[in-house]
Amino acid sequence: MEKLSQFTSPTVVLPIDDVDTDQIIPARFLTTTTRQGIGKALFADWRYDRTGKAIADFVLNQPNAANSKILVAGRNFGCGSSREHAPWALHDYGFRAVVSTEIADIFRNNSLKNGLIPVIVDSSTHQWLLENPGADVSIDVDACELRLSTGKVASFPIDRFARHCILEGIDQTGFLLKNQDAITEFESSRPWQP
Amino acid sequence: MAGKSLFDKVWDEHVVVPETADNPAVFYIDLHIIHEVTTPQAFNMLRETGMQVRRPDLVLATMDHSTPTVPVNDMGAGLDAVSDPEPAEQIRQMIRNCEEFGIELHGFGSRHRGIVHVIGPEIGATQPGKTIVCGDSHSSTHGAFGALGFGIGTTEVGHVLATQCLLQRKPKSMTVNISGKLQPGVSAKDIILALIGKIGVDGGTGHVIEYRGETVRGLNMEERMTICNMSIEAGARAGMIAPDATTIDYLRGREQAPQGKAWDGAVARWLRLASDDDACFDKEVHLDVSQLEPQVTYGTNPGMVVPVSKPIPDTDSVSFRKAVKYMQVEPAKPMLGTKVDVVFVGSCTNSRITDLRSVANLLKGRHVAPGVRMLIVPGSESVKRQAEQEGLHKIFSAAGAEWREAGCSMCLGMNSDKLGQGELCVSTSNRNFEGRQGPGGRTVLASPETAAASAIAGVIADPRTLLH
Repeated sequence: MEKLSQFTSPTVVLPIDDVDTDQIIPARFLTTTTRQGIGKALFADWRYDRTGKAIADFVLNQPNAANSKILVAGRNFGCGSSREHAPWALHDYGFRAVVSTEIADIFRNNSLKNGLIPVIVDSSTHQWLLENPGADVSIDVDACELRLSTGKVASFPIDRFARHCILEGIDQTGFLLKNQDAITEFESSRPWQP
Repeated sequence: MAGKSLFDKVWDEHVVVPETADNPAVFYIDLHIIHEVTTPQAFNMLRETGMQVRRPDLVLATMDHSTPTVPVNDMGAGLDAVSDPEPAEQIRQMIRNCEEFGIELHGFGSRHRGIVHVIGPEIGATQPGKTIVCGDSHSSTHGAFGALGFGIGTTEVGHVLATQCLLQRKPKSMTVNISGKLQPGVSAKDIILALIGKIGVDGGTGHVIEYRGETVRGLNMEERMTICNMSIEAGARAGMIAPDATTIDYLRGREQAPQGKAWDGAVARWLRLASDDDACFDKEVHLDVSQLEPQVTYGTNPGMVVPVSKPIPDTDSVSFRKAVKYMQVEPAKPMLGTKVDVVFVGSCTNSRITDLRSVANLLKGRHVAPGVRMLIVPGSESVKRQAEQEGLHKIFSAAGAEWREAGCSMCLGMNSDKLGQGELCVSTSNRNFEGRQGPGGRTVLASPETAAASAIAGVIADPRTLLH
């Protein structure tokens, strides 16, 4: 995983609530056995028409979207299926953060393992972001802060361990592997066996 | 000190290393269910790092998501004849991955193959007090047995394969107390749809739900699974129901359930899992189902739901407008009478033998309306065998419905079972997201009873009109 600490980028705004992972990447693209190039399928059914032509008024098809690292979305982003292909697709497209007032649990967990920061902000900051698409926004993972060009600073919650892994670019599997002895001890000392 | 909830008890028993401010808990998993779609990248990770599967004996492997629901003769040309190349390759890779890592696979030809959340319970691998995960969000289904089941991503599938553990912080708890006797023609699916309508698709976010109350006690295991299954549609991490005599009767004698002396010990342990009387929950919700009507969704998430005879709402919200435009439904009008193109009976929510019996009961002596295509897909090979033993397949065929092989099928349209552009489907599945059942397809979620009644009428119908 790449190290990620601080970045500034214009936002892309998708002002829709309850965006589910079937929209982020439809199930027919889950037949891949790798994770490369999956950004092409991001929001496929909102981004392209039936003939495969780009739908001009969809945000990702507008100028500068491809340069954005920050997606601002409506409430409860990433609900639905557990497919990790959703954060893979967002990351592969170029996003490094998703900002909302609420982000669904499994999507949030998956994002943290893939260098995509789930940023949960208060509703007034969120409202400002929705009303100012394309605004330059800075995200500081170390300080857990999102900074607007107006000078406003919003702090966001992020699990300390996940933050450490993102800042250092470490895979969480390593931490689990260091606990092998404790796992073996647990397995042998249980009152019942599965 | 307050007593412990069912969730607290199961959680505490599986903490290998407790969580701290700096680190999440190392949390042990008793049963890992895997399928072809969310595992290839995890197996690649094991291969690239030279790791083995720590406990292949705790892995239950099958193939369900992208598999064809027509007979497959062999894994070569036979599969290619009925599948697109990419899913066929994914299926073959699953076979290779399981062989390489020493995991028993319930693939084609196995009498146990089926939807992950259908086969775990029916072979008795799903048991009270276990922690159960799968790279599939509907892992909450297993909570019906008093297990803690939740969905994980592919990175976490890799974690469990390599270490049998996950890194977890304990979620919050919520209790949903359900009271009242259901009216005839109203089922468990209507309960869970009504609950999601009440608390919203994010009403359970960050929480594990425990369903309690007299109504829950009176439900059979299949009905409990339907309810726990859709906990994730309310955003919840998991849904659980305390084990009782119904749970124990269901598990007794199942292939992987404990036998003999071990059975008695297990039962005693399982019955101690129920929440203590003084257990505390972070959130509490009540639902009285005595006047509940059959429910149908009108929009593009499971929280957009109404009683079948009542008008859908009319609001100015962007999401509502977007949803009704996509669904081509009229605000302030009921869904009853809306023309139906396809009816799908299946999915991990409603594809069990009791669901098929309910559908057969309404289809018997009747016929699917002209122009309506009805697809009935059993949840597993075992459900299929049982249905055929009971002669249900003959009722389905006589009524003009298609009787298929087991799998996820049109719940998520990963194989060739898909809706066409603009087609409206009354579906017993769990998600009415845009395009979920095929690009441009429109999904109306409902119970098996409502699905059957709608297939017969050719329009969205109230199953209560077919009773007596």
